[in-house]
Amino acid sequence: MEMPLIETKNLKKYFKTGRGTLHAVDDVNFQIFKGQTLGVVGESGCGKSTLGRVMIRLLDATEGQVLFEGKNIMDYNKHQMNELRKEMQIIFQDPYASLNPRMSVSEIIAEPLKVCKVITNKKELEERVFDLMKTVGLAERLVNAYPHELDGGRRQRIGVARALALNPKFIVCDEPVSALDVSIQAQILNLMMDLQEQFGLTYMFITHDLSVVKHISTEIAVMYLGQCVEKAPADELFANPIHSYTKALLSAIPIPSLKYRNMQNILSGEVTSPIDPKPGCRFAARCPNAKPECTGCNLELKEVSPNHFVSCIKYM
Amino acid sequence: MDKLLEIRDLCVEYHTDEDNVYAVNHVDLDVYKGQTLGLVGETGAGKTTTALSIMKLLPQKIGEITSGDIKLNGESVISKSEEAMRKIRGKDISMIFQDPMTSLNPVYTVGDQVAEVIKLHYPDYNNSQVEARVDELFLMVGLPPERKTEFPHQFSGGMKQRIVIAMALACEPQLLLADEPTTALDVTIQAQVLQMMKDLKEKLNTAMILITHDLGVVAQTCDQVAIMYAGEIIENGTVEDIFEGKDHHPYTIGLFGSIPDMETKSKRLHPIDGLMPDPSNLPKGCKFNPRCPHCKDICREQEPPVYVNGTQTIRCHLFK
Ligand SMILES: Nc1ncnc2c1ncn2[C@@H]1O[C@H](COP(=O)(O)OP(=O)(O)OP(=O)(O)O)[C@@H](O)[C@H]1O
Ligand SMILES: Nc1ncnc2c1ncn2[C@@H]1O[C@H](COP(=O)(O)OP(=O)(O)OP(=O)(O)O)[C@@H](O)[C@H]1O
Ligand code: SF4
Ligand SMILES: [Mg+2]
Ligand SMILES: [Mg+2]
Repeated sequence: MEMPLIETKNLKKYFKTGRGTLHAVDDVNFQIFKGQTLGVVGESGCGKSTLGRVMIRLLDATEGQVLFEGKNIMDYNKHQMNELRKEMQIIFQDPYASLNPRMSVSEIIAEPLKVCKVITNKKELEERVFDLMKTVGLAERLVNAYPHELDGGRRQRIGVARALALNPKFIVCDEPVSALDVSIQAQILNLMMDLQEQFGLTYMFITHDLSVVKHISTEIAVMYLGQCVEKAPADELFANPIHSYTKALLSAIPIPSLKYRNMQNILSGEVTSPIDPKPGCRFAARCPNAKPECTGCNLELKEVSPNHFVSCIKYM
Repeated sequence: MDKLLEIRDLCVEYHTDEDNVYAVNHVDLDVYKGQTLGLVGETGAGKTTTALSIMKLLPQKIGEITSGDIKLNGESVISKSEEAMRKIRGKDISMIFQDPMTSLNPVYTVGDQVAEVIKLHYPDYNNSQVEARVDELFLMVGLPPERKTEFPHQFSGGMKQRIVIAMALACEPQLLLADEPTTALDVTIQAQVLQMMKDLKEKLNTAMILITHDLGVVAQTCDQVAIMYAGEIIENGTVEDIFEGKDHHPYTIGLFGSIPDMETKSKRLHPIDGLMPDPSNLPKGCKFNPRCPHCKDICREQEPPVYVNGTQTIRCHLFK
């Protein structure tokens, strides 16, 4: 069988806090093949950004492995990591915070090229920057603008251009379109799908927006409090959601029509704390189908139909 | 209905080193007590600038209100002193900023920051009353109250956004300016937060301007909708006018067309072609004309008049 481009094995990331250990990413396993997109969705705070950062080693894992082209990058040294950085990039969630306010558009886009010493010739560098700006649809006249002078859509285009600068193989896209309005969102999504086709890129696409993830993903992983609770090919997940949290997510999408006004059901129950969580299903306190056995049991992902995995007591 | 906020002919410019950015152009808006106005539009349309003008928080020296008036309860805020404005902010008007870190101080715990707002609003609360209210607000935005002793950097983007929402709601303002308050939230938490806002509206008759690009959120929560393009309100009406009315501005139609459809399988989305014009160099005539599929000669020459149809207004030459 073909080797996945990137794969995680029992990946964990814990943070020490004043009151115990916070399980931000707790035993996550998946594979992404070349040219494909894994969509990662889940509740705000469930560990999506942390997972993305650990995958490309912007953060060190507490436990587990990340295999890139079959090699465990967790024990790469600094030199090896520097080489690898060219292959893996990230587009951040927050176009406000992620761009250095003191750098102009061209400086931001050129930075990775300079840092990795890919292009040293000034003229070539300039050309490459203009080239990248064109690829992502940024007008040339913005070359000397600063991020605060630009709106969110253009700022996010800078982020995309910067991520593309080194011709990476794998890009973690952390909510790249969440801050954008629908029409710009559509433009950026189309752009990213075109770039994927053109350069054979592999994406891990983090979002909380299900309509977006449906468009762009090959496979979707649904996370809840640090764990993957359901994973399936994109169409299958939307056609046959199984986990109660996935169902809640799908039914809470606000529909742009007045017919459904005031008809949304809202999840009740307290959110379980990610600090020293107890064994059992972490969604139990809010799950409409929870039984007493759901707390305390040991759960893992089970394949319920081809390639459709669920972690729920009903299927253990 | 009681009018709370009245904006007339508002124009705002940013003066940058290179040019003048015409961010808001001749905007008229009314917001009524107990009503939610959805302010929708593409990035760069001038939504945040409009909200910042109401708060009088435009960046100093750079941002300038060049004409028009903003009245809160019949009183002009434009002429108010900074000291008077400081009293209004947080008490009468509060704003949920697009970037949560504008409102959070990295060196205090999030619980202390929410408590601070409650103390300002309820000076006679004792400590345990304040803490109880903090816990209540945390639960309402879906955060475990035990995490209140942590600092902003220990939270995810969406969690910070929820803390800021909790702070804004704690002030129980007359007017809430919510600038993309739920963009970083997943739909289940978003539904919970929007419900909280609805409750506030019902309980305290709070008026709200909800800036969002999510037409689903608009359909589910707003009473009025104003659609902004290149600093102008190009269509305005009740939520029924916008979602069920027959006549629309071509830009509104484009906006609805670019929603990723959950039902169909088409892979490509259909955004409106092109980009919004550069606000420092706006086209003559209708500002949408370079992108408009119905553009006629007159559209390139003359600014379209405002067409009024009952509660709905449209700024386009197609309507007479
Ligand atoms: N530096 C840190 N120290 C302590 N806790 C942290 C730190 N960074 C993240 N966390 C915690 O880890 C959990 C996961 O956070 P993460 O940012 O990965 O969430 P997310 O799924 O990306 O959420 P969002 O959708 O809101 O961006 C949260 O409970 C958060 O508070
Ligand atoms: N401090 C500033 N200096 C110069 N130009 C600015 C400044 N702030 C905003 N602008 C410009 O003013 C215009 C309106 O910006 P504004 O932030 O109000 O848009 P918005 O509708 O809120 O967009 P978004 O959806 O991206 O938040 C944009 O063209 C923007 O680039
Ligand atoms: S005025 Fe003309 S260009 Fe403008 S939206 Fe109407 S038809 Fe299109
Ligand atoms: Mg995140
Ligand atoms: Mg804005």
